[in-house]
Amino acid sequence: MNNAMWKNTEEKFGLISKLFHWLSAITVFSMFGVGFWMVDLTYYSQWYKTAPHWHESVGVLLFIVTILRLIWRLISFQPKAIASHSLQVKQASKIAHIGLYLLLFVLMSSGFLMSSADGRSIEVFNWFSVGGLGDLLENQEDIAGLVHEYSAYILITLSLLHGAAAVKHHLIDKDETLSRMLK
Amino acid sequence: MKKLLLVTTLFASSALLPAFAADYKIDHEGAHASINIKASHLGFSVLTGRFNKFTGTFSYDEKNISAAKVSVKVDTSSFDSNHAMRDKHVRSDDFLDVNKFAQATFISTKVTDQGNGKLAINGNFTLHGVTKPMTIDAVKVGEGSDPWGGYRLGFSGTATISMADFGFKQDYGQVDLELHIEGIRQ
Repeated sequence: MNNAMWKNTEEKFGLISKLFHWLSAITVFSMFGVGFWMVDLTYYSQWYKTAPHWHESVGVLLFIVTILRLIWRLISFQPKAIASHSLQVKQASKIAHIGLYLLLFVLMSSGFLMSSADGRSIEVFNWFSVGGLGDLLENQEDIAGLVHEYSAYILITLSLLHGAAAVKHHLIDKDETLSRMLK
Repeated sequence: MKKLLLVTTLFASSALLPAFAADYKIDHEGAHASINIKASHLGFSVLTGRFNKFTGTFSYDEKNISAAKVSVKVDTSSFDSNHAMRDKHVRSDDFLDVNKFAQATFISTKVTDQGNGKLAINGNFTLHGVTKPMTIDAVKVGEGSDPWGGYRLGFSGTATISMADFGFKQDYGQVDLELHIEGIRQ
């Protein structure tokens, strides 16, 4: 495997960027599904403790991955915007990409602030733990919980639009928007 | 002049009346009062929690105990069991639903002297928008002047409620309430 496959070029994304992208995509959609399901578990469910534990663990790991992803984005070469895209499309996709990153951070921080509101640290798969900041606001767990819930719905909606737009570019506009993230 | 004298006398005597049944304000500022709950955790142990914010008043006269009254308002969003995610769950619409029912109240209807400083306080308890009669078994702890120029009187009390009576979405059986109340005479 040569060096060129790993790194981004002017035309397409390299393997590292693609892995970051698809790992985040799979994680975000799975976390949404698990989160949606686990909040209604009854106390007597065998998943009552396990599902939130895994959800929190994956959340912390995704945070680390996203930080690495942003570092990689900063230090690596970004493929150029596709020439056939109109200015509006270029601007809209730029805003959407910034929005996706912002929402990811709002989602991950609110989740962290909710679960660690009493200063309890978050155990990541009993592998390492992340210390809580404690109560920064009164009833922080309630406020952070609402932010977590709404930002999750907004992120999933924006992700679906982002995916639908890529499919539209692939099938209708027949440009390389989607293929340069796949191939 | 006679009229004025009469009015003054009336006022004076009415001002004297509360002295028989003194009014007390629950000392929540100094936190010399607490409202605690106890519930069973799956039958393995006892879980405790408390409400950090509440206000209340009572009136009490040793010589006329049946005239005693008590009224307490609890801010349900102040529930605290030393575990943020559990508190969040208890405040959610599975249980207290504090966005809809921000207050729980107890207003006494009848106080009976049981002797030896013991009282049975009957009243209406409103929780989760449901009002049910509840009896608090109370015992007087102490009464007298405090070192700072005030006059204090305190009680402890217990009561038991069934979660099923108050229409919670989730029901984990009985909850014991434990009250420690100190009032400052007004």
